[in-house]
Amino acid sequence: MNPVLKLLLEGGRLTTAQMAQVAGLSEADVEQHLDQLKKDKIFLGWRPVLDLSREAAAEAAVEALIEVRITPERDGGFDRLAERISRFDEVHTCMLVSGGYDLLVIVRGKSLQKVAGFVSEKLSTIEGVLSTATHFLLRYYKDQGFMLDREDSSESRLEVAP
Amino acid sequence: MKANPSSWVASHVASLPKSGIRDFFELVAKMKGQEVISLGVGEPDFATPWHIREAAIYSLEKGRTYYTSNLGLLELRQEISRYVSKNFGVDYPPDDQVIVTVGVSEALDLAFRAFLNPGDKVMYHQPCYVSYHPSIELAHGEAIPVPTYAKDNFALTAEALEAAWKPGTKILMLNLPCNPTGGTCSREQLAQIADFAREKDLLVLSDEIYSELTFDGEHTSIATFPGMADRTIFLHGFSKAFAMTGWRIGYACGPAELIDAMMKVHQYSMMCASIIAQDAAVEALRNGDDAVAHMREQYHRRRDLVVRRFNEMGLTCHSPRGSFYAFPSVKGIGMTEGDFAVGLLDAEKVAVVPGTAFGPGGQGHFRACFATGYDDLITACDRMERFIAQKNS
Repeated sequence: MNPVLKLLLEGGRLTTAQMAQVAGLSEADVEQHLDQLKKDKIFLGWRPVLDLSREAAAEAAVEALIEVRITPERDGGFDRLAERISRFDEVHTCMLVSGGYDLLVIVRGKSLQKVAGFVSEKLSTIEGVLSTATHFLLRYYKDQGFMLDREDSSESRLEVAP
Repeated sequence: MKANPSSWVASHVASLPKSGIRDFFELVAKMKGQEVISLGVGEPDFATPWHIREAAIYSLEKGRTYYTSNLGLLELRQEISRYVSKNFGVDYPPDDQVIVTVGVSEALDLAFRAFLNPGDKVMYHQPCYVSYHPSIELAHGEAIPVPTYAKDNFALTAEALEAAWKPGTKILMLNLPCNPTGGTCSREQLAQIADFAREKDLLVLSDEIYSELTFDGEHTSIATFPGMADRTIFLHGFSKAFAMTGWRIGYACGPAELIDAMMKVHQYSMMCASIIAQDAAVEALRNGDDAVAHMREQYHRRRDLVVRRFNEMGLTCHSPRGSFYAFPSVKGIGMTEGDFAVGLLDAEKVAVVPGTAFGPGGQGHFRACFATGYDDLITACDRMERFIAQKNS
């Protein structure tokens, strides 16, 4: 695997200069790898993983997981409808899944009303959408590989040991 | 008569020097609260993989809180036998050639106490883990250090063994990959050591605790050479590869007569290793390979990073083939290892361990453990570089 991609996946918050040191490359090489990954549409952007429940100043946000059943089409199956749904700014994530429904859509909004409004007025009224089931998110325990509210026990490690 | 407690301490214990690492630990402990980056540890920075910890929780839930057989749970010995056969290529039947111990440290102590008559000699290569010499003396043996050198990347050579050998030597103690040097031996070098052991009729105690952390090429156990399994005690454990230092769980494999002798000492002193740790160890051996591979990959990259940085800043350092220790030289920058370690801690809040804590052969070197995250490793290297630059200005 591309060494820079590998470091990105580990989510270690390394600067370009640090990545260069860790991967044993020059900074220019790392930049070039990053550019190539962007060009190949593998690397789409940066997002920090945050526990916003700890940040008082964070804008209140409501998240919901929505199970969406849709009608597949003759040409393209689920793609056209899925892309249409994905284009809404309210939609954070949209995936095609197997099982009892077709799309799992993660929607974010400033309030419960906004999210509910989006589902009832926009999402469920799209032609081809058969049904929706909305699950409001209550609490994260783990997000993208990071444990939330985790106590760090490494402090008890001895500073010097044989 | 007024009591004089110190008069009751056995003379061979009283005469043992305190570990050099202890002094340095006190020094670092005094700086509590300051932002010290420690490269002075001797353990992984990873917590034990969750599936292993979860197995221990399950063990407690099931109420598995009793003694196990002296040799250890048969289930664990079977897994150990399978693991050692698969990864090291030596077959040890689980019923009489494997004993589970409280870390390799206990296994080592058992071996010395079970095999040494007073005055028997033990050869060990040095610089080395801090407890080899004291453990030999505590078992009333005579320790014969065999030097390893930076010019050989701290590999143990047959020539050094020949030069150090004395009549009455019974045991040869090996630790490859080596703490603190990261030194290993090539197949050819190991073959020569095996020849030496056969020729001098030595029993070999081989502490291979860092074997899974071999980065370049395959690890080879001395027990795989012709006739060597009959004269080798293979010592291994879970602390380093599976990040299980605090669990205190290890094992020894070897000829049945020798394991039986070690078992005698074990049953009267330790009885058995903790059953919870044994249950966790079963899970580690059954399902831990991916976690070990992941950690090895991390250490590998960190090794490349620190070795490159050390050499760039004038701290000559060979690339350790195994372990998570680098053992650079401070000779090139005109300092002693003690001045370097104390000065660096004082000026830049980075802790490394002076090489002499691992025996006189560590003179002119320090041990830096790279089982630390990239952020801290890079910052520690930057601070070291600044410290050296200031010394030189």
